[in-house]
Amino acid sequence: MLFQELIFWVLAAVAVVGALGVVLLRDVFRSALLLVLVFLTVAGLFFLLAAEFLGVVQVLIYAGAISILIIFAIMLTQNVQEGNLPNRLQFAAVLLPALLLVALAFVAFDTDWRLIADLPAVGGTAVEDVAFRDNTFTLSKLLLENYALAFASAGTLLLASIIGALSLVRDR
Amino acid sequence: MDLEKFLILSAVIFAIGLYGALARRNVIIVLMSLELMFTAVILAAVTMSRYVASREALAQTGVATESVMQTLLTGQVFALFIIVVAAAEIALGLGIVIAFYRSRETVDISQANLMNR
Repeated sequence: MLFQELIFWVLAAVAVVGALGVVLLRDVFRSALLLVLVFLTVAGLFFLLAAEFLGVVQVLIYAGAISILIIFAIMLTQNVQEGNLPNRLQFAAVLLPALLLVALAFVAFDTDWRLIADLPAVGGTAVEDVAFRDNTFTLSKLLLENYALAFASAGTLLLASIIGALSLVRDR
Repeated sequence: MDLEKFLILSAVIFAIGLYGALARRNVIIVLMSLELMFTAVILAAVTMSRYVASREALAQTGVATESVMQTLLTGQVFALFIIVVAAAEIALGLGIVIAFYRSRETVDISQANLMNR
């Protein structure tokens, strides 16, 4: 348990510092590399949260595919002398996220959460101990049975977005 | 306390992403900040799925049957669909960025003012 705490705080610190680097660094290419770092730490957090399949998906799709797309876009629109400049809305752009953060923290601490850990145990085993066993198997059944329509629609959405992106960048 | 620390971390990442989306002029940085916000939302969904008991799980207290597990994992299904939508969004967004760069020779978002002249 203590080991998990330690892992969490290390991953959290790396994620926050990396996210700050993404928005604050001058060099756009370094921002993209730090974005990969943030995605990898979040994948690690998914493993801590008993979501192994999502952790792997996060590494494959975010750290693999999306970051490659972003790096390609940076190389195609090379604009070294400009870099990552701030605009004129600095005050509002700091104030709004700060207010949002305070509101979200208030909600997180003030809500009376009904935790899985508080569910009464049956037959001597706590619900928490068995609930996430075989969760990848259960997730696949959920995805292909209960949410089959949404699953098919997601495929259609990806196809539509590929066609849209192709027609956007095509030479005319 | 476990739940809250994950939620706060997700809120911090979301706030940083929101700052980047509002305050930066490079449109690729704005898209990267959008991805940070997506990631924070996915993290919150998975956290909820791991720690918070749904009404169905409460109704069938303690019986960790398959249906209870399925209601507990709904947050992870949401996270998967958010990942799909984020992938579609970034593909289209970068397509728009490249088309914009072709017509204006810049990635400065304040130059995207065709409807504001």
